[in-house]
Parts: sequence; structure tokens; C-alpha cells
Amino acid sequence: MRVVLGEDLYLLREGLARLLTAHDCEVVAAVGDGPALLDAMLEHRPDVAVVDVRMPPTFTDEGLRAALAARKHVPAMPVLVLSQYVEQLYARELLADGAGAVGYLLKDRVFDAVQFVDAVRRVAGGGTAMDPEVIAKLLVHGSAREPLGTLTPRELEVLGLMAEGRSNAAIAAKLVVTERAVAKHTSNIFAKLDLPPSDDDNRRVLAVLAYLNR
Amino acid sequence: MSEYAVGTVGAQRRPTWRERLLYAPLRGWALIGLGVWNAVLWSLVLTSASMISSMGVGLLLLPAMLAVLRGTANLARRLAGEWSGVQIEEPYRPIPADLAAEKGFGGMLRRLLARVSDPQTWRDFAWAILDSIVGVTIASFAASMLIYGVYGIVIGIMWPTLTHAGMNDWYTFIHVSKSGVLTNLRWATFPVAAAFLVAGAYAGPALIRLHGRWTAVLLGPTAKARQEALSRRVARLTETRADAVDTQAAELRRIERDLHDGAQARLVAMGMNLGAAEALVDQHPEAAKALMAEAREASAKALTELRELVRGIHPPVLADRGLGDAVRALALDSPLAVDVTVDLPARLEPAVESAAYFAVSELLTNVAKHAHATHVRVDLWHRDGRLKVTCVDDGRGGASAAGSTGSSGLAGIERRIGTFDGVMAVRSPVGGPTEVTLEIPCASSSAKTSTS
Repeated sequence: MRVVLGEDLYLLREGLARLLTAHDCEVVAAVGDGPALLDAMLEHRPDVAVVDVRMPPTFTDEGLRAALAARKHVPAMPVLVLSQYVEQLYARELLADGAGAVGYLLKDRVFDAVQFVDAVRRVAGGGTAMDPEVIAKLLVHGSAREPLGTLTPRELEVLGLMAEGRSNAAIAAKLVVTERAVAKHTSNIFAKLDLPPSDDDNRRVLAVLAYLNR
Repeated sequence: MSEYAVGTVGAQRRPTWRERLLYAPLRGWALIGLGVWNAVLWSLVLTSASMISSMGVGLLLLPAMLAVLRGTANLARRLAGEWSGVQIEEPYRPIPADLAAEKGFGGMLRRLLARVSDPQTWRDFAWAILDSIVGVTIASFAASMLIYGVYGIVIGIMWPTLTHAGMNDWYTFIHVSKSGVLTNLRWATFPVAAAFLVAGAYAGPALIRLHGRWTAVLLGPTAKARQEALSRRVARLTETRADAVDTQAAELRRIERDLHDGAQARLVAMGMNLGAAEALVDQHPEAAKALMAEAREASAKALTELRELVRGIHPPVLADRGLGDAVRALALDSPLAVDVTVDLPARLEPAVESAAYFAVSELLTNVAKHAHATHVRVDLWHRDGRLKVTCVDDGRGGASAAGSTGSSGLAGIERRIGTFDGVMAVRSPVGGPTEVTLEIPCASSSAKTSTS
């Protein structure tokens, strides 16, 4: 898997590169500012770009802008955005094109190498990887609304994991239940939220995220 | 308070033809109207004042009349600014908040006394009397010269018709219908009329300016009033500066405490765990592993706490995108349905942005906690060098700045924006809706670079 890395802190950049290389990824470019990142993404057309939000020259949301700009040129180019903070506003902007292949995670998630690499692969494969913190905020925001209030606590839990971008198998493993039980929960959720059922994992997740983002 | 010096004439530019031929006479007529109204007004004020001794009704009537007088004076000030380019600041003494809120007859009486003891009220009254003479005289010239010029031409051409219709056959010193050798004297009205037209066109705007200066004589602040206003300003600045220093000190204490009890403590625990793990790693690798997992968890928690701390100091979206998007992000995080409209230049002064952000954040928290509202509207816009924010909810109302205590709530917001000369207005009848308006003077950073 070919990866472009955008991160301005040398230590973190090297750490991420080592981590990804150790998990069979090829880091084709590792850059430290917004314009260079955009150039690298457009030049290398990587399988996935791992991008820090805050970078030079302005030290604001340079990385996010570069990622969005790159996706404008190359629709659905997989991007995993890392940040010290997760903001719903930025999550919305990443999801806005409805194409998927995006991730938005706290930098802390790198601590768990296995989970992190799993998220990178998911995004590279066209899936999504949303930080649990983003999803928690979305659920809080939506909890006042009617249909979400009718979900059982277990269904809410499944909805949260699904929104993070996890497959039924992963959800089943996490909740220590069978995949069939998860499938039953998800079909209940889709019925209650009045969303069209879909077998495709990605489309399912995007529908849920779009619903929560409303 | 205003960026203009008091009672000063703005930079003069050449008036346009539209101003000379159309606006100056129209403004002249309007100012005549104002003068005539003043003649009525000062008699009304005088009458209601005299009714105090004869009948008590004067006591009820006079405050209303004085309010009308003040309103008229403020209108004249505004017209002087807009039409004559003479900026006149309102020189009134402010009514203290507790007196303004006092209910009943006693409060009304004391407010009346405060008004009457303000020297500017007397100057307003004197202005109303004199303006019905001086102001009207000046305005009349501006209003009539052009028209009289036009009339001169009309009478020159059509005098037989007009005089037969019974009109005066004199135009200035020219007797238009004189017969005999001087029959053609009627054409003599033309140069005179032309002189009036030219004089009117050139003097009109100047006369309107003169009227503005006349208005400033009595309606502008006296040296004493200016000094009083300055002392009030100094007192206010001293107060808000003390508030700002207190707030900042409290903020620093809070940050210190949060770091001490949070991240710092977790780092100590992490160090201890790692030390213990180091000692155990050979004999009890399993126990060492558990300790290391604990240390990793502690580092994640420390990060979370630092993140929350930074969010409280300077929110990331505010730093990245400015006030508009930061408020949109707040709306997304709120459990309520919040609609945000933003009409702002790219960036505002950073300190004002931050103050406004935390004010909106506090407002939304308040609404979520107390208002029992489901829907909130937040509007942000920037006009005339002021940032304005309104926050309207459909809750049960009954909020007030005076009711809340301490550094939290509406009073806290008022204090916080007070540092920037910002003001807050709360309208919250019992039963709702609640509308809070904030206004903070502030240059947009883009405008700033172009002027300085």
C-alpha cells in the first residue's frame, strides 16, 4: 500500500513512517507543510494519505484544506486526517462529498498500532474511520431528536460503532456477540431511522453518518 | 466613545449638483419644518412645566414632553451629522442603572429630577426656542433661493396671466407690469432670477452646513460636559480594567490548578508505573506488562485533559477559521437545534473574536441549562466598526443580567465584553422568547490593514 504522509513534527512523522513501514506500507512521500502535501498527493496518487490538520505555513487547518483540495481534483482519494482535536465541523466537511474513503482520528489513536493500521487500511479500501469522540458528539447532538430516542441502549452502541466505520464482524467482536445478533440490531436501527437497507458496508456507514449529520 | 471628535465638521468635499439643486432645498424645507415643530415643542414643554404648580398632571406630562424634546434634539444631531457633516455627540449625563430600574411614582419623580438637573436639558430647551428663529432663518435661505430664482423666470414670461390672476406684480425691486417706456422691464427679472439661481446653487449646501454648526452650538457638549464625560469614561475604564485583571488572574489560577491536578499528576503516576514496571520486568513480566498498559492509559487521559484545557483557553476552530466557523462548531456541539447566520469579514481582532466566542458559548450553555428551549438562532454581523451578535431562543424567558450572580451567567458575559467597551441588552419577558444582543466595537483585521 502506498502512503503519503503529511505531518510537520519531525518525531511524529518519523514515528508514523516507521509504524506504517512495519505494517507493509510503502511511504512514498513524507512532507511537513500544506502546499507540499497537496503537491505530493496529486503527484503520487497514493492509496491513502495520512494527514495532520495543523501544519505550516499558517499553522491552522492547512492539512485539512490540502486534503479537501486534493479530493476535489481526484474524487474519493482516500485521506485519513489526524488531529490533536476532533471537531464535528471538520468531520462534516470531510464527509460532505458523500464519497467515503475518509478517516478522522485523534492522534492518540496512533498509540494502538493495530487499530490504527486497521483504520488506515479501511480508509484505503474506500471505507470510513471516524473517531469515537466525533461519533459520541454526533449522538449527543442527535439524542434530542425523535427517532434516535427510540433506539435501545444496545442499538445506540451498535449505531455508534457502525458510524465509526466498523464492519459487522468487527462490531460483533467488540461487543462479544455473534455477527447475526449484530445484523439483527443493524436492520432494527435502519427500520427505526427509516433508512434504506443496504448490504454494502460503506454505503451503510455513509447513510448513517449523513443521517447523524443532518 | 465615537471615533469622531465632538462637534467637528467632517472633511469637506465639493458638493455634487444633485446636492446643490435637489438635496439642499429639500433639506432646507425639512429643517424649516423642524424649526416650526420646535416652536410648538417649547411651548408644550413650558405649558406642562407650568401645570405642575396648578395641577398635578404637569408631573405626568413633563417627563413625556422632556422625552420628546430629547428625541427632537437627537434627531437634529443626527441630521447635522448626515446632512451637514457636523458630528455632534450626545452630551447627556447617563441615568444610573438602579434609578432607571426604580419602579413607581417615586422612581419617576427622581428620574425627572435627574433629567431637569442635567444642564443639557436646559440647553436643549434654549435650542428649541432659538432654533424656531435662527434655524428657520438659515434653512429658509437654503430652501427658497432656487425656487425664487425659478419664480423670477416664470413671472418674467407669464406676468400678464399671473397678475390678472391677482398675484403680486413685483419681483424684488422690479415692477413687472409697469407700462410705458419701461414695458420691457419684465425681462429685467431674468438676470436677477439668474443671480438667485446661481447664489442658491452655490450657497445651498453651505447654508445647510451652517445650520449644522448652529445646531452644534447649543446641542453639542460644553467643555464641562466633555470633562464630565471623560471622568465617567475614566471611571468605567478603571472598573473594566480591574475586571479584566481579575478575570485573567482567575483564569491563570484555574489553568494552574487543572494542570496540577490533571496532566501533571498523571505524568507522575505514569513515571511511577514505568519505574515499577522496570523493576518487575525480569521477574514478573506479566505484572510489568499490566503496569505499562496502565501507563499508556494514563498518557491518553493526560492528553484528553490537556486537550480540554486548551479548548478552554483558545478553541482550535477559532484559531483555524475565525469567529463564524467557531460559532458554527459551537452550534454543532450544542444539544439544541441552533441556526447560525454569519455576515463577517474574514477575521476580526483576535481578542474580540475570543471574547465574542466565549460569550456565545456561555449564552448557548445558559439556554440549554435554563431556558427550556428547543430552538436557538444566533446571528453574527459586522457593521460600522461594530460586531453585533444576537441570540434568540424559544424558551420560557425571564432571564436577566441583574439576577445572575458571580462570574457565571449573563452578568459574567457583560463584564467580559465590557473590557472591549461592549454592551449587552437582554429582552426576556416571562414566557419567552429571550433575545440577547451583544455589541462590541471592533475593526475587522482586513479593514485595519488598509487604514493603518
